[in-house]
Amino acid sequence: MKVGIACPYAWDVPGGVQVHIRDFTEELTRRGHTVSVLAPGDDDDLPPYVTTVGRPLAIPYNGSVARVAFGPRIAARVRRWLVDGDFDVVHVHEPASLSLGLITTLWAEVPIVATSHSAMRRSRAMSAAQGILKSAFEKFTAHIAVSEEARRTVVEHLGVDAVLIPNGLFVDRFAVPPRPDWRSGDGTLSFLGRLDEPRKGLQVLLKAWPTIHDAFPKARLLVAGRGEIDDIRRGIEPRHRDAVEFLGGVSDDDKAAMLASSDIYVAPHIGGESFGIVLAEAMAAGAPVLASDLEAFQVVLDGGRLGAQVPVGDAAALAGEAIALLGDPARRARYRAAASLGVRRYDWARVADEVLAVYEMAIAVGSGGHTFKLPGLP
Amino acid sequence: MNWEWLFVTIAVLAALGVYLSWTAGRLDRRHARLAASRAVLDAELLRRSGSVLDLATAGLLDPATSVALADAASRARTAAEGAERYQAESDLTAVLTAVLDDPADLEPLRSDPAAAAALDELAMACRRAAHARRFHNELVRGAVRLRRKMLVRWLRLAGYAPMPETVELDDTVPRGLATE
Repeated sequence: MKVGIACPYAWDVPGGVQVHIRDFTEELTRRGHTVSVLAPGDDDDLPPYVTTVGRPLAIPYNGSVARVAFGPRIAARVRRWLVDGDFDVVHVHEPASLSLGLITTLWAEVPIVATSHSAMRRSRAMSAAQGILKSAFEKFTAHIAVSEEARRTVVEHLGVDAVLIPNGLFVDRFAVPPRPDWRSGDGTLSFLGRLDEPRKGLQVLLKAWPTIHDAFPKARLLVAGRGEIDDIRRGIEPRHRDAVEFLGGVSDDDKAAMLASSDIYVAPHIGGESFGIVLAEAMAAGAPVLASDLEAFQVVLDGGRLGAQVPVGDAAALAGEAIALLGDPARRARYRAAASLGVRRYDWARVADEVLAVYEMAIAVGSGGHTFKLPGLP
Repeated sequence: MNWEWLFVTIAVLAALGVYLSWTAGRLDRRHARLAASRAVLDAELLRRSGSVLDLATAGLLDPATSVALADAASRARTAAEGAERYQAESDLTAVLTAVLDDPADLEPLRSDPAAAAALDELAMACRRAAHARRFHNELVRGAVRLRRKMLVRWLRLAGYAPMPETVELDDTVPRGLATE
């Protein structure tokens, strides 16, 4: 099968959608399909399957900065990619972002599958663009949402339905041994996410930390993620500071090792998470999860069967539950056992099967018809 | 009478003609896609009842369960087109849900590789059927929106094609298969 995937964000900027597309492409290529990814950005140092369309613009969108691409020059490159690729099916990601997904939708003449990732509050741009988006969305043969919240977003904003297929991960790659130097007598806690992004909730965890550290003086906290480490370090009370280790940005291998070394992976996020792939990663690495009770996290943790949950933003509850968990190895073992089975649901082996089934159906149904061609254009 | 007015009138009529023929073409393609997606849905429902029959006749489940599953599956496969068929498919879902709802019940079964494979196949077939129905209904809703437009109705651009209807049936994936 020849598949063209339109990625809305620059390939060299780290982000969940890019990782999703990268891993999915790898899985499809392994199965013998041909995949070409179109992304904004410049040409150097990218995997061979990525075609770029030039510098993206940084614009505020959905509460953070998105790098997106549009304009006539980019439209011409998108058309060239579609012609050269001769795809059986085109998969556009995040079609509601004013980016490659939308342009691709306008020009593609093959069946289009769309995937919506983000959950959004109603924004002015979305409302103003609704008419255009709605008519573009009519060309989709199949629409996927990665989470119930993402699905509700497209239903509410655009009045179209989508089916639920979760994000995937390579579960077995997280089965790595723990690193002895990251273990500790009373237990190791870990956090993962941008330090200066309030929605990731590091501030909640650091507020809870002194209480946890007082109860378990030999416990330590590993914090992985980019940001102003020095400022945040200084904000921690001196006697609790040395037990916190900042790892900065970590490689995929170090991330897996950190999770595998954790007695509790803490996800204190306070919002903005549509799916929570990082919870699935922790589950795959065998780290018992303690998360805020965001709706997306409740789904991944199966309502508390696969991990512990506390109210969003409640540092005292977080501290209490972390202390309870550190003192109860049996409960952690239960979570670990249930999660290692439950996380199989998100393994690419299974998720890619489901997406490929959608492709088959989309190809059988056919495309949404021809675009209005101007004379003289390919 | 002024020449400019004649010119403007001709231009407006020409634009209207282009728009109408484009809309008629759009409607035509929509109806073709609807027929195709309906065929896909039928195929996926057959795949689902087929997987149920496979599971029921493989000798992996107890006899009572096997008989209940096989009966519901063959009813779904032989029901007459239309409402009766959808009812039979919903009934099949009800039996599946009754039998396969608890992940814990299925755990011992999964230790047998053959049973695990049959359950996985059935899970995928259930999801495919549920997805196919949603995709089809979405195309139906799009077509209905287009056909409700005033010009389309007044000028009968859709010809005598019947107004498309969504397919309503219960295709919930049993919990035991959904959270494997």
